[in-house]
Amino acid sequence: MSETEWTPDQPIVSIKDVHKSFGDLEVLKGVSLDVMKGEVICIIGPSGSGKSTLIRCINALNDIQSGSIQVEGQEVNAPGLDKLELRKKVGMVFQQYNLFPHKTALENVMMAPLLVLKQPEDEVEKRARALVKKVRLEGKENNYPGELSGGQQQRVAIARSLAMNPDVMLFDEVTAALDPETVKEVLVTIKDLAAEGMTCILVTHEMGFAREIADHIYFTDRGVIVEHGPPKTFFESAKDPRTREFLSQIL
Amino acid sequence: MAMLKPIPGISSASATDMAVLKPVTVATPGSASDINFSRFVSDLPWWTLPALAAIFMMWPIAAYAQSTFTMADATSALIRWLPFLVFQGFVFNILISVTTMALGTIAGVVLGLMQVSPNRMIAQPAWLITQTFRNSPWLVLLFIVMLAFPFKIEIGSLTIQIPDWIKAVIGLSLPIMANISEVVRGAIASVPSGQWEAAESLAYSRQQTLWRIILPQCFKRMIPPWMNWYAILTMATPLVSLLGVEEIVTLSQQAMAAENSRPELLVPFYGFCLVIFFAYCYPIARWTIALERKYTVKL
Amino acid sequence: MLEAFQDFFRELAQTNPKWNFIYLYDPVQTERVLTGLWTTIKLSVVCVVLSVLIGVIGAWLQGSPIKWLRMFVQGYIQFFRNTPPLVQLLFFYFALGQFTPTYSPDGWLEVPIISNVGWAILSLSFFAGAFNVEIFRAGIESVPDSTKEAADALGMNRFQIYRYVVLPLAFRVSLPSLNNNLVNLVKTTTQAIVIAVPELLYQLVSIYNDYSTAQNACMVLMFLVYIVLVGILVMGMNKWERNMRIPGYGQN
Repeated sequence: MSETEWTPDQPIVSIKDVHKSFGDLEVLKGVSLDVMKGEVICIIGPSGSGKSTLIRCINALNDIQSGSIQVEGQEVNAPGLDKLELRKKVGMVFQQYNLFPHKTALENVMMAPLLVLKQPEDEVEKRARALVKKVRLEGKENNYPGELSGGQQQRVAIARSLAMNPDVMLFDEVTAALDPETVKEVLVTIKDLAAEGMTCILVTHEMGFAREIADHIYFTDRGVIVEHGPPKTFFESAKDPRTREFLSQIL
Repeated sequence: MAMLKPIPGISSASATDMAVLKPVTVATPGSASDINFSRFVSDLPWWTLPALAAIFMMWPIAAYAQSTFTMADATSALIRWLPFLVFQGFVFNILISVTTMALGTIAGVVLGLMQVSPNRMIAQPAWLITQTFRNSPWLVLLFIVMLAFPFKIEIGSLTIQIPDWIKAVIGLSLPIMANISEVVRGAIASVPSGQWEAAESLAYSRQQTLWRIILPQCFKRMIPPWMNWYAILTMATPLVSLLGVEEIVTLSQQAMAAENSRPELLVPFYGFCLVIFFAYCYPIARWTIALERKYTVKL
Repeated sequence: MLEAFQDFFRELAQTNPKWNFIYLYDPVQTERVLTGLWTTIKLSVVCVVLSVLIGVIGAWLQGSPIKWLRMFVQGYIQFFRNTPPLVQLLFFYFALGQFTPTYSPDGWLEVPIISNVGWAILSLSFFAGAFNVEIFRAGIESVPDSTKEAADALGMNRFQIYRYVVLPLAFRVSLPSLNNNLVNLVKTTTQAIVIAVPELLYQLVSIYNDYSTAQNACMVLMFLVYIVLVGILVMGMNKWERNMRIPGYGQN
């Protein structure tokens, strides 16, 4: 699969035998998975199993020691990686929202298209307003992140990522830092997005949500994918004892 | 296993405006600034002092390679005067700083406690005094005290001469008093209000609460900024040379005059002043930071 | 009106020789006070600007990958932060001043390129600048990595992250400490008296050296002027801090 040949019928994200260590600690020990365009996959597993590291590797926030990660045929683990090209394709939402606290909600959404894509301001603003509306935050455009609730901040963060028109969205435990009441509003937003055909890769602890929206579930433990499958089979007839134990604890 | 938790209301957006603000934690400079100076000094590598000393010793080599007055001459002049400068001069700086700190701390604690008084008639003047002396240049306070205080006090037939250095101590005590007052006020304010309420609900009087509950908690917190102010004070003691008190800078100038005021002496002599202050403040700063770390962990 | 005012104080000086407010009725002395005040303000403004510049450049150099450059900045900070500013002024003016080249404006007199005012500006700016480097660096370090990472994930390059995310946040975090330091700098300008810079304190001391009866009056003015000067500065800075505050960010 070389860079020029990617066609939509091939996996949009293709991960092959990825190894990653932090010093002596090996967090990914040969992980492989493929994601097709429009697919929604959830990665679940106990904390410290390497699931967050894995999705951070997909948009090169972490580098990998060996193996291959390709996004639309572009090799992420290449020496002369064009990070800008990659990040136009891949959007990411973080557990701690990471909004820019000195910019209003609307400015947060507009910032990257203006600075990075150099698009004209009136066009960007129009799109940003539409995105804020899409995440159901009309009226909050001019509020600073510090004035918004956690769930509202996280939805601004989703809109901010979408403003770059990515082909793949990564969600790294986006509801883990939220109050139970505000978790729902963020999940609804993601669900809308998935329904529109956005390719989504989620790391999550929300099992019910994973079951509802995922096309495929991956269970990771200690740096490897232990088991995977469609939600129904995965939750109802897991084979591996480690998966069973995890599910029995969490459900 | 099949019993999955349903997600109620997943398809309808619930609008909650519950404040679950989790602001980014930033180092709030207001609280830390009191010991910034000490933190900085303690971060210096150990070789700073020998390196500084070497630079001042080497300087004459470079500057006077052609001169008849050699580095050896300048160095031997400094070494000749060294005991005089240290034991007559710098020790006196230390004496001034210790005395001033003692006086300033006592007055500062009283003023600080007055600042937290519930009685506005006490708190407001205390606040005004604190702000006035905190915001005045030290040198201005020194000039005023030196000139405004009488040379001698007469009690009946007894006449007491007030030496200049005592007046210098009083002049330097004023800004120290004001800054310690702020340290005390800040430390008391940093104790959560729940402590006051808990004590009140246990029928403690305000005095009892302050002395038995609040002050013991914030005592340790006051030590690092207190030591930081001591270092700053020590570095301010050369100011009294302007008023003729014979401390290290005054004596250095006298020593250079005695050596025929050769310009070659200026770098080693003033350089030595810089080095000796550094040598004194460095361990204090290290200790301050060590204490600060120790106490913040426990809080 | 003005004359009645001057006459009142002239008379007061005669009836109460200890309270000779000479600068209120003698135009020459008024002039001295005003030039002193103006010198203090100019000295403060120039030093504030220079010290902030030094702070920004120093903080930038401290992030440099070149080790000896970082050590150089560290050495600079060491020197200026850990020694008394008064001795620094003496060292700069007397010890270093002898090495500066001289020029001759009229063919007779040899004038050093850097005057005592010049040395005061250099010395005080480097003194306050050493603190500013640390203040700015602490501000830059206080910006969480995760915020920078988010900007990175949005495709911003290093310069854009620095310019649009890190610096605006770092500046707001640094502002209170910066203001403290600048207020302290203005107070420290009084120490330039040691190298005879004709600022306000110097002028007032000269006046009462010339007219010993004016001693009390000069002290009163000394005390009041600095309180007012520093008070205005502190209030201005506090207002600035309030205006720069972002809702919900980093409040104590």
